[in-house]
Amino acid sequence: MATADQLNVRVEGPPDAAPIVFVHGFGCDQHMWRHVAPAFATDHRVVTFDLVGAGGADPEAWDPARYDSLDAYAEDILTVVHELELRDVVLVGHSVSAMSAVLAAVAEPDLFAALVLIGPSPRFIDDGDYRGGFGKADIADLLASLDSNYLGWSTAMAPVIMGNAERPELGEELTASFCRMDPEVARQFARVTFLSDCRDALPAVTTPTLVLQCRQDAIAPVEVGQYVADSIPGARMVLLDATGHCPHLSAPDDTIRAMRDFLPSTEPVPA
Amino acid sequence: MTVAESGQASDHDSDQDSERSSDRARVAFLDALVHDDPVALYESAPCGFLTTTPDGVIVKTNATFRTWVRREAAELVGVTNFADLLTVGGRIYHETHFAPMLFMQDQVHEVALELVRPDGTRLPVLVNASLARGEDGRPRAVRIAVFDATERRRYERELLDAKERAEASELEARALARTLQQTLMPPAAPTIPGLDLAAAYHPAGHGTEVGGDFYDVFPVGTDDWVVTLGDVCGKGYDAAIVTALVRHTIRALSVSERRPAAVLKGLDDVLHHHETDRFCTAALLRLQRDADGWQVTSGVGGHPSPLLLRAGQDPVPCGGRGPLLGVLDNATYEDGCLRLEPGDVVLLYTDGVVEGRRGRELFGEDRLLDTVGTGGSHPTEVVDGLMKAVLDFQEGTLRDDVAIVAFGVPA
Repeated sequence: MATADQLNVRVEGPPDAAPIVFVHGFGCDQHMWRHVAPAFATDHRVVTFDLVGAGGADPEAWDPARYDSLDAYAEDILTVVHELELRDVVLVGHSVSAMSAVLAAVAEPDLFAALVLIGPSPRFIDDGDYRGGFGKADIADLLASLDSNYLGWSTAMAPVIMGNAERPELGEELTASFCRMDPEVARQFARVTFLSDCRDALPAVTTPTLVLQCRQDAIAPVEVGQYVADSIPGARMVLLDATGHCPHLSAPDDTIRAMRDFLPSTEPVPA
Repeated sequence: MTVAESGQASDHDSDQDSERSSDRARVAFLDALVHDDPVALYESAPCGFLTTTPDGVIVKTNATFRTWVRREAAELVGVTNFADLLTVGGRIYHETHFAPMLFMQDQVHEVALELVRPDGTRLPVLVNASLARGEDGRPRAVRIAVFDATERRRYERELLDAKERAEASELEARALARTLQQTLMPPAAPTIPGLDLAAAYHPAGHGTEVGGDFYDVFPVGTDDWVVTLGDVCGKGYDAAIVTALVRHTIRALSVSERRPAAVLKGLDDVLHHHETDRFCTAALLRLQRDADGWQVTSGVGGHPSPLLLRAGQDPVPCGGRGPLLGVLDNATYEDGCLRLEPGDVVLLYTDGVVEGRRGRELFGEDRLLDTVGTGGSHPTEVVDGLMKAVLDFQEGTLRDDVAIVAFGVPA
């Protein structure tokens, strides 16, 4: 079991403010929240961390036997919440971590004040009438794609990610680790992500939920976002005028606005 | 003459003229190349170019790219996303890695993807992309350069296959080493009726190699047992072959030879006649019960003498002597004898115990004697305590493998 210490937890904002926890999805790390999380640091205690195996998480925390389902990732979210002694948490999960967030909120509903699910998909693979958008064979294709892109990296060659002179705020740590994962971890996480089925957990959610859905998303199509919103009692869906799977990167302002509209108003502290 | 002269002069002039004109032609030619039509250069560059909106919608492509993906401009511009041209796996990779990296770092380098043509065939490519921002800092366009990587990808796949085969071979080698090692030890913890017995083995390093240590416990009659422990020099498969030979030779000879010295002499002969140049050391004990208890006959060949641990006394060697096995011509071996009393324990160990090193410090005989103490312990405590001391001394990773056997008469 990973400890908060091993997951590279970062906390910003007033210590006694309402807590908001951001959980990144498959592929990258907590830097994904760079354009969105700071906007909440004026009136929230903002918590970000790296999933096990990603970014600056302690490689020792990775345990292939443990992380063979999303339950372990949900437990890690709960561990962070418990270790930081957070209450009435706003939990924001992107992509696969939207489902880990759902599992965490179902397991311990008393801890959470609201759920924000960005580009959620409870099941990626088509199943009967349910359209997840992918077939089983596609997963093999993804694993092959991961392999060809981790080829050099896996043999301890330094990752060649260009530094960015024009945007020095993207520090060394970012270029060193962003979107880089140990190939074995990436393979297993990809498998767990794309083979998971969390549809049964959705009706059990009692936490007020916002689904943020991009107009066009190749990973989690609108129908899937709609399915999530329809399955969670009382959930609200906001369709963002953005394409892609990462509105917090491609449309951060819209993402922040939609979240602000949904969250119980906390008077923003003037900057 | 004049004509000829003028003719010559005229030839000379025309030579110079033609030289000048070919110079001019070359300059003009190079000039034309330098000022190559940028549009033509863009269109027929030896790599694919395309521009998309920050959302990924293709707004411009070059001819090379269109040829590679076998699509007309009308099928691409304004209607197709770059990600639409990728395999499903590539599309997921694009959404989960490529696009985030592009938005966070403004550039992406050497991403391996595959373009899918209308007929389903695939073109492996390497992709570089940069994000152009407007004056307000907002993303304006994505510029993408695509390189044909067919040959490279084939080579990379071969490398990947080779790596996977190498990893599988290593796993198999470890499993084989472990299996082979197990054949050199009794499969289950041996027992001798009427005696307490304990044994332990720990491989050197990370256990990927077969060590030369062995032990064996077997009956040769009623209340008549052999306990042996030894060490074949070296490691690896060829050492293991000799270890197996030694173990089986001891078993075979022990059936007809009662005296350990005679068994060791026979083993010495066998090793001399074997093509191996490996030698070995061994301690060999014959345990026989009579009306008064257990009689132990002890032989050694170049091996530390087994120790008798008796309550309230310092450890004493069990006796027996003789040189390394398989080395000297005309080697001779002698047995020692002792009678076990209730509570007595006999300890056999390989040199991995006393020769264990921590930096320049040796585990040594004194530490061994301190660890086994002054007797009165159960064989299991003796074996476990000694193995723990050896492992602790070398911080868990042994330079040489270690085998320990102890047996005793219940007090």
